[in-house]
Amino acid sequence: MKPGLIVRLVVLALLVAFVVTPQSFAWVFQPLTKNGQPAIYTQNTLLVLTLSHLAIVAVATLLATMLAVGLAILVTRPFGAEFLPLSRSLANIGQTFPPVAVLALAVPVLGFGWQPTLVALFLYGLLPIFENALTGLTTLPPAVTEAARGVGMTDRQRLIQVELPLATPVILAGIRLSVVISVATATIGSTVAAWTLGEVIIAGLLSNNIAFVAQGGLVVGTIAVLIYDGLSAVERMLMRRTGQRTGT
Amino acid sequence: MIEIEALTKDYLALTVVDHVSLTVADGEIAVVVGTSGSGKTTLLRMINRLIEPTSGSVRIDGEDTRALPAFELRRRIGYAIQGHGLFPHRTVGQNIATVPSLLGWDRARIDRRVDELLELFQLPPGEFRDRMPSELSGGQQQRVGVARALAAEPKLLLMDEPFGALDPIIRAKAQSDLLAIQKRFGTTIVLVTHDMEEAIHLGDRIAVMDKGQLLQYAPPAEIIARPATPFVAELIGTGERPFRLLSLTRVRELVEPGPAQGAPISPDATLRDAYAEMLWTGRDILPVVDATGASLGRIRRDDIAHRAERPQ
Ligand SMILES: Nc1ncnc2c1ncn2[C@@H]1O[C@H](COP(=O)(O)OP(=O)(O)OP(=O)(O)O)[C@@H](O)[C@H]1O
Ligand SMILES: [Mg+2]
Repeated sequence: MKPGLIVRLVVLALLVAFVVTPQSFAWVFQPLTKNGQPAIYTQNTLLVLTLSHLAIVAVATLLATMLAVGLAILVTRPFGAEFLPLSRSLANIGQTFPPVAVLALAVPVLGFGWQPTLVALFLYGLLPIFENALTGLTTLPPAVTEAARGVGMTDRQRLIQVELPLATPVILAGIRLSVVISVATATIGSTVAAWTLGEVIIAGLLSNNIAFVAQGGLVVGTIAVLIYDGLSAVERMLMRRTGQRTGT
Repeated sequence: MIEIEALTKDYLALTVVDHVSLTVADGEIAVVVGTSGSGKTTLLRMINRLIEPTSGSVRIDGEDTRALPAFELRRRIGYAIQGHGLFPHRTVGQNIATVPSLLGWDRARIDRRVDELLELFQLPPGEFRDRMPSELSGGQQQRVGVARALAAEPKLLLMDEPFGALDPIIRAKAQSDLLAIQKRFGTTIVLVTHDMEEAIHLGDRIAVMDKGQLLQYAPPAEIIARPATPFVAELIGTGERPFRLLSLTRVRELVEPGPAQGAPISPDATLRDAYAEMLWTGRDILPVVDATGASLGRIRRDDIAHRAERPQ
């Protein structure tokens, strides 16, 4: 096994162990506490918060991917080309909205809970995926797209058999960006009562307990790094499989 | 048979192909030559409707190409381009199988065809079938590109500078492979090139284009002997004319009985090769011996020189 893989597996194992049995790591966080504060957050179990956090991110990313890739496919077809600038600016505007503002606006409509968080993450995830899908679908080697037409593929066959497979690594890079942003952004969802790891951090800030802030932050950060790393590896594999040069 | 009639393509005010008419008979190779930007690629791509003509028509075996959907037309016409355009995410075998798969051939028939073509192009199937295009040399990629174009046994093959990126040795090999395959399947070919040498070597007829117009469409000997315009003459190169004529004829045709000294020449070499050999080795007569080692006679320098004269 390569040393890099071993490091990754150890980090993953530590993360799982900590989330499942946080009390056995209490000694790590004890030095950060003052005046007999608890070292480990117990209002909700870390396991439940982590799973809920990941579920919200996963659902938001899935929805964002479907819409963004679908939209990118539409605007790169001949009949959708005129919507290209419009869809681009819409996605850009979505990105300039601060997530807190999205939450604030969504709460009156959707109420407190996971729903406004999902909406915010979904809107936030759209742009990177859309941009990358556009890049992937519009920068295919001309000789290859020309050949796809020349052999007599229909528009649909070209999309499914040639364009999407070749654009997949680039689209995946967009998904990776989007997921990492979402993992971090989901923490603020706990301000509107979504169950996310933000709850631990905010509890720590309110009660001035650095141990809580540290464990919340560590779990979120480690998850983000592991996902980023894992998806990068999948991308590299896909690049190799599709015979394209490996980018960074 | 391909009948192209008054085929025209305008881009706004610019006429890129201007009322071009020509006919390619079954089993012939028509080579389109001309300077860069003369409209060769546009002409070729209008045949399989990758570009829709502004006006004019193309008939293949009497049937107008607009009679069926473009994608169906293209499945019947082989198309090989410079830079091969292989699908990088598919293996060599899958690339070659593209059109047969689109046509819904059954698995066994496709597999047989892929292996047959790989063998034809001297790429042992066991070694090459499952490689990715990025794992091939440029010459191998180019051969796979041509194999893909031929996979569904098209009667018509369009080639746009298929050998442009190859080094001279591989290029000569690819050209003779193409001629052999064309003979074997009787494929009708329209091939675009920059290279007059290649046009004369491959073409039954040569179409010379300039600024979108077809200046001359004739057999190589005729183009060399009687260029229609000064531009055509310039493209052939006046100093090259006698040698280009010699390159059209094989030694076999001028063999006579009799003895000769020194290294022999093959009956399949061109007169140009034989003449060069004579000049280089200072001989007037070469023995002609075929690949099996059988002596066919000899060839004389005077006879060759006579063939280099301007035809009447
Ligand atoms: N889509 C297009 N819009 C406008 N002009 C075009 C378009 N495609 C080609 N042209 C022009 O048409 C002319 C002929 O192009 P074409 O590609 O047929 O030339 P060619 O003879 O194949 O040249 P080369 O030998 O360089 O490949 C060129 O001047 C080119 O700029
Ligand atoms: Mg061209």
